[in-house]
Order: sequence, then structure tokens, then C-alpha cells
Amino acid sequence: MPSTAAKKSPRVPVRSGRPAPELVFGDLWTFDPAPETADPKLKPRYDLFIDGAFVAPKSGRYFDSINPGNEQKLAEIALAGREDVDAAFAAAQRAFDSTWRRLPGRERGKYLFRIARLLQDRAREFAVAETLDGGKPIKEARDFDVPMAAAHFFYHAGWADKLEYVAPGRRLEPLGVVGQVIPWNFPLLMLAWKLAPALAAGNTVVLKPAETTSITCLKLAEILQDAELPPGVVNFVAGAGETGAALVGHPTPAKIAFTGSTEVGKHIQRSLAGTGKKLTLELGGKAANIVFDDAPLDQAVEGIVNGIFFNQGHVCCAGSRLLVHEPVADAVLAKLKQRIRVLSVGDPMDKNTDIGAINSAAQLHRIGELVASGRKEGAEMYQPPCRLPAKGFYFRPTVFSGVSMSHRIAREEIFGPVLSVLTFRTVEEAVEKANNTAYGLSAGVWTDKGSRILKLSTELKAGVVWANTYNKFDPTSPFGGYKESGFGREGGRQGMLEYGQLA
Amino acid sequence: MSRLPITKTPKPYVGGAFIRSESGRTFPVRDASGAFYANVPQCTRKDLRNAVEAAAKAGPGWARRTAYNRGQILYRLGEMVEARRDELVGMLVRFGESRTAAAREVETAADRLVYYAGWADKYEQVLGNVNPVASPHFNFTVTEPMGVVGVIAPDVPALLGLISLVAPVIVSGNTVVALASERLPYAAILLGEMLATSDLPGGVVNLLTGFRAELVPTFATHAHLRGLSAAVGAAERKALQLGAAESVKRVHFAAPESPAAWLADDAQSAYAIREFLEFKTTWHPVGA
Repeated sequence: MPSTAAKKSPRVPVRSGRPAPELVFGDLWTFDPAPETADPKLKPRYDLFIDGAFVAPKSGRYFDSINPGNEQKLAEIALAGREDVDAAFAAAQRAFDSTWRRLPGRERGKYLFRIARLLQDRAREFAVAETLDGGKPIKEARDFDVPMAAAHFFYHAGWADKLEYVAPGRRLEPLGVVGQVIPWNFPLLMLAWKLAPALAAGNTVVLKPAETTSITCLKLAEILQDAELPPGVVNFVAGAGETGAALVGHPTPAKIAFTGSTEVGKHIQRSLAGTGKKLTLELGGKAANIVFDDAPLDQAVEGIVNGIFFNQGHVCCAGSRLLVHEPVADAVLAKLKQRIRVLSVGDPMDKNTDIGAINSAAQLHRIGELVASGRKEGAEMYQPPCRLPAKGFYFRPTVFSGVSMSHRIAREEIFGPVLSVLTFRTVEEAVEKANNTAYGLSAGVWTDKGSRILKLSTELKAGVVWANTYNKFDPTSPFGGYKESGFGREGGRQGMLEYGQLA
Repeated sequence: MSRLPITKTPKPYVGGAFIRSESGRTFPVRDASGAFYANVPQCTRKDLRNAVEAAAKAGPGWARRTAYNRGQILYRLGEMVEARRDELVGMLVRFGESRTAAAREVETAADRLVYYAGWADKYEQVLGNVNPVASPHFNFTVTEPMGVVGVIAPDVPALLGLISLVAPVIVSGNTVVALASERLPYAAILLGEMLATSDLPGGVVNLLTGFRAELVPTFATHAHLRGLSAAVGAAERKALQLGAAESVKRVHFAAPESPAAWLADDAQSAYAIREFLEFKTTWHPVGA
């Protein structure tokens, strides 16, 4: 919303000293429902996508995918077993040997451009499917996930015939078949982050979507067919941990790329020890969002809200630890509480919804458990008095103040709409607290002072630093962590390098 | 009457000082003829932990040095190696290398230091960049050192292998704890003496002598080692990777096919520096 604060009319006297009175909305000013009604064109049943065709799983087993917004069944998804994973890797290896590696980069790129365009054509349909399947607000799926996924295909398409520029002095050659496992928080976008650079570099792929969010992945298979991508270049196997273990442990892939929890990432790193396979990991985070007393506080509060409540906080780089400079701590907390009282929580399909549904019952339980620990350990909790839908998985935006570094809510990744507020006095203390975590994915800095931004962006041990902004992403911008947040980067020239070997 | 030479007590260079193992243990090394040469400290896991502590302490100061300064210090180390060329060649010959091969190894080692010295203020321009994001933000990706990196040198070539692994790691501001060749630890003893006179701050490079079998497990699992650069065989690779997973440690195996391959120009590259860099991307809005 454009700010009107700068346009001061000469007839309106400027208030001096007194803060503007808070607008009282109560429940008098509720929004009318604004449901998104486009048809997501879901099939009642999704099969695996192997060797260019939809195939039933060898076991004949299917599992339900539900809408976390109302707990209704959306579709049933084929469960890939070991034999299906074998078939997918065999198809990927055949495609690599017979077509994809022989194809000039220019032609590979054109397939990726086609995929980007076809996804743009069906953006609205995919956004609705993404929201139904994952629970994120439709405005986010529509304005962020789907267009950004298309942008990733478009960006990487252009790399396919320019690989000699990725690593000056060396040539980038494909690795072969790549196995990829992606999470449920940004199903389509994570798929694009993984697929696009792998294909551009000349690899073929077997990918597993998360078990709660397989639908847009398998819908994308329709686009791959429409784009006439050669069979076997991309294969999708759906399922849960067992399918993932079969994929990661398979002898065929030359590389595994995983996005998910640090716990599973470590397990994968162990399981690949001694195999000579390449590995990239994009794991958890516990980002510090640091607000100094000279920051533009209203903008900072918007950034804090976006940082922790974007996608219900199901974001590995979420700004889940707010570090506020003591002189403005009370003011920031007051503004923050006021701001989250007007967040609209509820039906993900409503275009006005700010916070949608928690992705699964299991995740809702985990959030609840960690929030309970925060209360038990003595932090002060604030939740706005909003009404939640009767059916579906929902959690109120939650702010804990009086949090100390030893609290679980300050150390563990909650992956939900829960913010822990800590304070600091000096720059050194802010840096020390921010870095005092095993994670190192992202960080935020809010200050008006340029030299301080540059100092902090140097000293914060995090792969992405947002200064006076938060949760910004772009295909050209490398993303990935320090320390136990994983290794390797996705996006940009640095990301391309992860999908090839230097010759 | 012939003069009795004064023999040197070999001591590895750790934290800017020449140490004995905290355990007091040593192991004898023999020259190519099988004659006793000296007793070398058999460093322990505790020595390794102490060295990591020294490296961690030296890290921030070293990383804050300007790239130009780091380049000059690496160049100075090259000068030190060149100045002691004859002594180094003599040492390698005594332990079994031919004079020609020894001379090539030492000269390549000095050249390699000069090669990486020259990269100090350039790799950033090759590996980092500004990213044209589709929003009103200035977005740039720069590299940063990882922190403390463990190095496990090859047995052969003892000197060139160690220098080839250490130089690309420290040029970017990392600090190192390195395990010397088990077969020829004396190369690392001499290198330590050159490090001590090269303007390199104490603790930036810490050299341990001892047995791989004893120290590999601690290299693998020490949580303050953020990366490992090792020239080791299959079994040790697996052990290092298994341990590394405990703290999501970066592991890179630098392994030219043969001892001779370490001499080649393609055994050195900006991408060897890249293995122990983190990439940091910073966003800032553009506007009034």
C-alpha cells in the first residue's frame, strides 16, 4: 500500500509529540469474503511420472493428499516403492546417455524456456492447486510461489548454452543423474529451484516431492509432457521417508540435493559417506532479525511481520529471532502487537488472508509443543484474539517477549508463526547473539546507518543477509547456508556450479 | 678431528610456537638408508584440540587483514621457501627423493605459494558478483572464509602436498590445523620454521606431526573445524565424511592421481580456494 504519510496537506496541522491514535477495528471492520474461485483442475488420482509417462506404482498403493485448510481429501497420490525408484533412475540414466547429454545447450535451454512459459500460462490454476494442497494464502501462491517458480525456469534456461561462463577458466560438465528431495513449504518453487539448474547443466533428474504436497509437482509433469521434454529427463516419485531413503541410497545418482530439516540432512550426509557422490544441503535456520534504534520502525515492523509470518512461518530462513535494540524495544513490541492484531488468519483461499493453514496436523502439533515450552520456560506470550476456522490446521500468530538465548524457542527451529523477541544493547552483543546458533542460513538488519549494515553483513554468519528488507528471493540471487544450515548455493552463477563438474 | 654436528630437536609449529606433544610421546624417523634421524612428536587428540583453539583465536584477525596484506604474507612465505631451497632439497634427498625430483618439488612449492599469493586480491572478483534481481534491490554475493579448516596432507609429496593444501585455504582468511605426512613429517617441521619467519600471524597455520589413524577421527568430528581438506584413501574418506555429518562439515578431497600430478599447473586453481569459502548474499532496497 503506498504511504500517504509523506504528502502532508498544509491545512492539516502537524501533531507534535502525541502519537497518532490507534484505529480501533474490533470486529466491526471485518473483510467480506473474497474467495479465489479458479479451477485447480485436479485429478482424483495422481500416478508417478517415470520415463515421460504417468505410471501406477508397482505396489498399487496410494495415499491421500488433504487440504490442510479444511482437512478434506483432495486427491490420492501414488506411493513410490523401491522398484519404482529403480525404474525412475533407470529412465533417467537412459535419458542422460541417449538424449540429454548429447543435446546442444541451446536446445536444452529451449525446453526450459518452454516450461517457464507453459507454467506462466497456467499460473492461476497452479496457484490455486498450491494453496489447496499446502495451506498457504492464495495471495502468496499467486504473487510469489508460482511466478517465482516460472522465473527460475526462465533464468536457468539461459544458462544452458553459456556454461563456459559459469566457472571462468574451466568448463562445466554435467554430473549425470541427480537425485533431489524437496520440502513441503514451497512445493512448486523448491521443485523449480532444484530442477532448473540441474537440467540447464545437462543432468537428468529423479525428484521426490514432500508427501503432504505432491500435487503441483505431478501437475508440473503435465507441463513437461506439453513441453515435449524427452522421456526420462525428469522423473517424479512420490512418497514419504521410505521413498526418500530409497532415492538417496540408490547407486545411480552422481549427486543428491536435499532441502529439509538439519536432522534429515545429517542423516543423508552420513549415508553418502564414502560413496563419492556430490551433495548439497539446504537445511534449517533460526535467523536473527536485528532492529537498531535508528531503524525506520514502521518499515521494520512490516519486515518483522513478513519475516516471521510469511507462509505461516514455514520458511527455513524465517526471521524467527527478533533482536531489538533496548532503547526501542518497548516501542517495537507495541507496534508489532498492534500490527498482528489486524493480520487476517484463516481460509487460505480467501484473497485477503495473511496467514493460512499450517501444512499438516503433525506440524501443528510440533508448533504447539514448542510454544508450550516457551510458556513453561517463562517467556511472555502474546496472541491476537482472532477467530480460527473450525476445521483445518490453524495457529494464531504468536509473539514471545522476554526470551533468553537458552530458551528452546530461541534455539530450535519452530517452522511456524512464532516469533521470539530478545533485546541487545551494543552492536557486538547483537552480532554475538545472532551468531550464537548452530544454524547460519539468513539474517536481517534494520538500521539507517550504511556503515553499520556493511559491518553486520560482514560479521553475521549467514548465507543471506537482508538489510532493511526481509524474505526477498530471486533466481539470480544465490541462497544457502553457513554451518548446520547446509552447504551449496541455489540460484545465480554460484548455484549453477553445484550441478556440474569442472573440466 | 671431525666436528660432531648439532642435531635439531624437531618440534611442530602450533599457535606461533614450537611445541612438543602434550603427551610427551615421540616416534623415531629414519632416513632413506634406514639410519636414525630424529624423534618427532607424536601429537595426540588433545594436541589437535589445542591447535584448533589456537587457529580459532587467530581466525578473526587473519580474516580482517586486507587481501593485499594476505597476498604479501603468502608471497613472503614463498620467499622463505626459496631462500631455504637447498636445505629443503637436501632434506627430501635424505629421505629418498632423487635430487632432480626434490629440486622440482621445492621449486614448485615456492611457485605455488606465489601463485596463491597472487590470488589473494583477485578471487573475489572472479567468484563473487552483483546479481540483477527483478526488484528494486541492490544485491551482491561476496565470499567469506569458513573459519578453521582441517588439512590432512598426503604422504607423498610431503612438502608440496602440504603447501598445496594449506595455501588455498589460508589465502582467503581461513586458519588451518594440518596433519603432516606420516612418512616424512620432517618436511612439516621445516615448513613450520619458514611459517614462523614469514610474517604469518601465529595460529594461522598449525602443523601437527603424528599418526593418521590416531587423529583422523578427531579431525572428522571436531565441531569447530568447519571444513576438511584431505588427501587420503577410501577408508579414511569414509571415516572423515561420517564424522563430518555430525556438524554438517564441508569435506573436500584434493587428490591428484599420482605424486607427479601435484607438480602440474592444473593442481592449482581458484576453485581450490572456492572449496573453503562461504558465499554470502546481501540485499538492500534501492530508493530514497
